Amino acid sequence: MVKKLYKGNEAFAEAAVRAGCEGFFGYPITPSTEFLEYMAKRMPELGRAFVQAESEVAAINMVYGAACTGKRVMTASSSPGISLMMEGISYIAGTELPVVVINVMRGGPGLGNIAPSQGDYYQMVKGGGHGDYFPISLAPASVQEAVDSIALAFDLAEKYRSIVHVLVDGNIGQMMEPCEMPPMQDPSKRMMPDWAVSGAKDREPNILSSIYIDPVEEEVTNIRLLKRWLEVEKNEVRYKELFMDDAEIAIIAFGTAGRVSSTAVRQARDKGIKVGLFRPITLAPFPKDRIAEIAKQVKRILVVEMNTGMMLDDVNLYVQGRVPVEFYGRLGGVTPFPDEIYDEIIRLSENLDAPKPENPRLDWVNRLEKAIEGGK
Amino acid sequence: MATVLPNIVYQRPASLSTRVTHYCPGCTHGVAHRLVAEVLDEMDLREKTIGVAPVGCSVFAYNYFNHDYVEAAHGRAPAMATGIKRVLPQNTVYTYQGDGDLASIGMAEIMHAAARGENITVIFINNAIYGMTGGQMAPTTLPGMVTTSSPVGRDVESMGFPIRMAEILSNLDGAGYVVRRSLHDATNIRKAKKAIRLAFETQERGLGFSMVELLSSCPTNWKLTPNEALTFIEENMVPTFPLGDYKVNQEIARLRV
Repeated sequence: MVKKLYKGNEAFAEAAVRAGCEGFFGYPITPSTEFLEYMAKRMPELGRAFVQAESEVAAINMVYGAACTGKRVMTASSSPGISLMMEGISYIAGTELPVVVINVMRGGPGLGNIAPSQGDYYQMVKGGGHGDYFPISLAPASVQEAVDSIALAFDLAEKYRSIVHVLVDGNIGQMMEPCEMPPMQDPSKRMMPDWAVSGAKDREPNILSSIYIDPVEEEVTNIRLLKRWLEVEKNEVRYKELFMDDAEIAIIAFGTAGRVSSTAVRQARDKGIKVGLFRPITLAPFPKDRIAEIAKQVKRILVVEMNTGMMLDDVNLYVQGRVPVEFYGRLGGVTPFPDEIYDEIIRLSENLDAPKPENPRLDWVNRLEKAIEGGK
Repeated sequence: MATVLPNIVYQRPASLSTRVTHYCPGCTHGVAHRLVAEVLDEMDLREKTIGVAPVGCSVFAYNYFNHDYVEAAHGRAPAMATGIKRVLPQNTVYTYQGDGDLASIGMAEIMHAAARGENITVIFINNAIYGMTGGQMAPTTLPGMVTTSSPVGRDVESMGFPIRMAEILSNLDGAGYVVRRSLHDATNIRKAKKAIRLAFETQERGLGFSMVELLSSCPTNWKLTPNEALTFIEENMVPTFPLGDYKVNQEIARLRV
């Protein structure tokens, strides 16, 4: 296979087509719009369904309906649009339907801006919609990895009858990178699941609903969802590591923050600093066992994010205070430069055995505010 | 379809399930369900039909029909039906919605489904009130009508006016068949059934969006006996919501069923 230069959003869209996506329903929003535009042209070419909906609310409910037929369907949007979709996402989770939702995250809250951010971590990783459910959340760090994660997302969605979120930020959605496309899958060769609606011919009617009016039935459903989630936690944890073998400092970062960190880590390694990078690819299920192991190995951890320290909370949960966990983040649509993270690595390496900071998040905000005042 | 013996003049449609409904005595949901089921049987559509249930009193409609069904979020049935129809264009897809569902929270979804000429059928139950939540004001509540959220009557100065959905939707080019009928007596019920038939004929012929608005009763929340409620439809609702054909595709207008 040859590599071709693709714009992120268009690459993800083509990857979805090749994974056998038979229905795309979306609404324009920067910085994910190219996904919709690509599908507007590509899906009709293949005789597949494309609708530009009247809103993200309608788009996700079209996805909800189409998913009831057992076909591979999806949507892509960006932060404010994803907020609107949360109603439908909860219903999809409650109806136990396989659906893929891509969030090309931007700065927020509110209208925020259109610059890349990771501020939707809680929303995408913990759920975001109402009720007891567990989304699977993938966080690729490059166009190629995002392309590969699309087919994986559909496979996981079907295997666990689950909603799968793919989180990328505006950087990955907007940048052009060479990447290799997966082979074209023929959706007509897929076996339709027995729960799908298709017309009750020679069988009892299929009913798909998220309503369990008897609390006991809802409890049974919640337990079924939980048990499925525990299987996901057992089987589907994915991450990448760089120079972790002998690391004394671990950087933990996902997506673009992970990718920028990798440059800083290489730079620091050149200076002989024993630093490694741990990059979760599945944010849900979170690689908690590996992080607990890392906490036993390293002397200090630095979490880097493009938000106020949301994954930081999860890291702390599994480090369990064994080693100091510090934080560095940029906010509001600002992407950190490798130099900023390199400086942090140097700072950590010079204070490797220093006592645990009382409030690492506050320390970071103070450092960041000074840097912003200093025109950095 | 089952063979119908000549001496059987009335039986449960194959498209209805045997389950006893939860609807209140005198409620016309049961009549509307039966009319839809009879039409599906007559057109031999049951085995390819997918219904979309709303949120409201008919939230459990899927229990009472004997064909595939999905349950939508409040107001989103037309979007859900769109998703189904677009990936299964050969199937028959209809929504069953109340007035709070369709004309309030689902206004955007119904308008755009009609504007796109989405090839789905909508059965719209207009009883001028929110039934399931216990009788609150709906977008179709009549001026002066007392509900739990308009306790001294709907004051149009502060609460606005009832919305006439059939008239509004008929103005959209994507609409193939949009009519209003009533379920308050036998004559009107027969007319309603014919309209439901023509709505599904519209879909089967690929002529675009079809909707039958059915004026319906809610004795419980109107605080009337079933008979009084039917009279209320005739005397109070029909003047505000005139019965009639608001949009009929030429091909359907010529059709004799």
